[in-house]
Amino acid sequence: MQMAITVTGLRKSFGDHMVLDGIDLDVREGTTFSLLGPNGAGKTTVVKILSTLIGFDGGQASVAGHDVARKPDAVRAAIGVTGQFSAVDDLLTGAENLVLMADLNHLGRAEGRRRAAELLDRFDLTAAAGKLASTYSGGMRRRLDLAMTLVGEPRVIFLDEPTTGLDPRSRHLMWQIIRELVAGGVTIFLTTQHLEEADELADRIAVLDRGRLVAVGTADELKRGVPGGHVRLRFGDAAGLDAAARALGDGTRDDEALTLQVPGDGGVPALRALLDRLERAGVEVEELSVRTPDLDDVFFALTAREAVR
Amino acid sequence: MSDALTMLRRNVRHTLRNPGAMIMTIGLPVVLLLLFVGVFGGALNAGLGSALHGGDYVDYVVAGVLLMTVGYGASTTALAVNRDMTAGIIARFRTMAISRASVLTGHVIASTVRTVLSTALVVGVALLLGFRPAAGPLRWLAVLGLVALLALALTWVAVAIGLLARTAEGTSPFVLVVQLLPFLSSAFVSPASMSAPVRWFAAHEPYTPIIDTLRGLMLGTPVHADGVIAVAWCVGLALAGYLWARVLFTRDPSR
Repeated sequence: MQMAITVTGLRKSFGDHMVLDGIDLDVREGTTFSLLGPNGAGKTTVVKILSTLIGFDGGQASVAGHDVARKPDAVRAAIGVTGQFSAVDDLLTGAENLVLMADLNHLGRAEGRRRAAELLDRFDLTAAAGKLASTYSGGMRRRLDLAMTLVGEPRVIFLDEPTTGLDPRSRHLMWQIIRELVAGGVTIFLTTQHLEEADELADRIAVLDRGRLVAVGTADELKRGVPGGHVRLRFGDAAGLDAAARALGDGTRDDEALTLQVPGDGGVPALRALLDRLERAGVEVEELSVRTPDLDDVFFALTAREAVR
Repeated sequence: MSDALTMLRRNVRHTLRNPGAMIMTIGLPVVLLLLFVGVFGGALNAGLGSALHGGDYVDYVVAGVLLMTVGYGASTTALAVNRDMTAGIIARFRTMAISRASVLTGHVIASTVRTVLSTALVVGVALLLGFRPAAGPLRWLAVLGLVALLALALTWVAVAIGLLARTAEGTSPFVLVVQLLPFLSSAFVSPASMSAPVRWFAAHEPYTPIIDTLRGLMLGTPVHADGVIAVAWCVGLALAGYLWARVLFTRDPSR
């Protein structure tokens, strides 16, 4: 299978500040790759470099088979970018924004109009097509932004936090469209802070922290690598909590909430053993919940820093 | 070239939809003209004396107001370019396989055309106020050429300023300069009546030869060497503005 994006040893500094310190990544054609990381980790910088907006100091990057530094125009012809802040023209209507993109893609008048109408419909913007983009809500602007990106039928699409600040309905519409694009063979490079989003959409995920990739893999691979699964038990009174803590010997207790958090993967045999021990000790459990590690745990485990200093 | 046309269409639409810019480029110069002719005209008529060549103050002031018009037009363009930059739409254009110059060319052509139209309107209002030019068709053509050249020059500088400024407020020094320079030139009163340092400045700044040339062309008086100096200033400013804007637009925005 072909690689849509290949990056080796990518480095970038802004003055003295090292933003990317040797990034390697590969994204296969027709897949979704998600770059996760806290604010300021360098996600947007990666997108800007790969979309030819800014240069870089070291390493190599190629997108859609073209070297980013040497053949930026070939890269531009193959990509689409929807950034964090909507790049729509406020003084044009939704339809005019799309026709503008069609004209810049040299689609021709009839074809441009046809595509604009089709995209307006697909993004649920037909009713607002004749209104100025400045009157659009945040969700509508974002949808228009992505629609504009799609006019040129790019093979590789960069989405920089595409759903930040969107309501759930808009977010799900975005997700659905992203899935359809991937089904059509398009490669998606997605940065996000919503771990749920990466879990939902991405074939592979990389975690970026302080300019370095600290983990790369599928969501499952990443989750497997971190602790964080536990069973949470709640008791009716303090005596019950005491007895359980004595019987189990380990776990984190919360005297206020009357809960005990015991490490464990939540598998049925382990749960059964746990409950047996509690029954033998004569402790009554009021409520039990199992939590499996999710990408939040991965994220916190990998990007943990001495934040409060 | 077709990209530049697309951008031009976009900028024309913007102009039609931005009443603020319309007022700035057309309304303000007309108000200024009314102000100078109606309010100061009487007093200045007496004060200017021989500089009027026997005409009325309105005949004297039209050339200066035309320059103000061009300045306002350029200021609007600086704001428009800056809005494009800060709103992220230029970032989108930069990631597309389009001619990079087209974005700026679109702005420049739209702005120049808009400004020339505004100056025509100003001349029309001046005629209603009693402006009696003595120019023949050839001289009018020269007026049009010089106004267009000046509009082109100031617009390229304005584009560079718009690219340079991080916010809309950042373009205000440019606005101030293009609006202040006419007052320190032969636009409204003859430099002969100014204090020595101001007179020296007025004699050497670009606006004075341009205004004198326009005035001479319209009133049918001799233009002398001012014409050459005026064209040289315009060409120089246009070239400097163009090169500056090109450097600013193609530079890596991260640096």
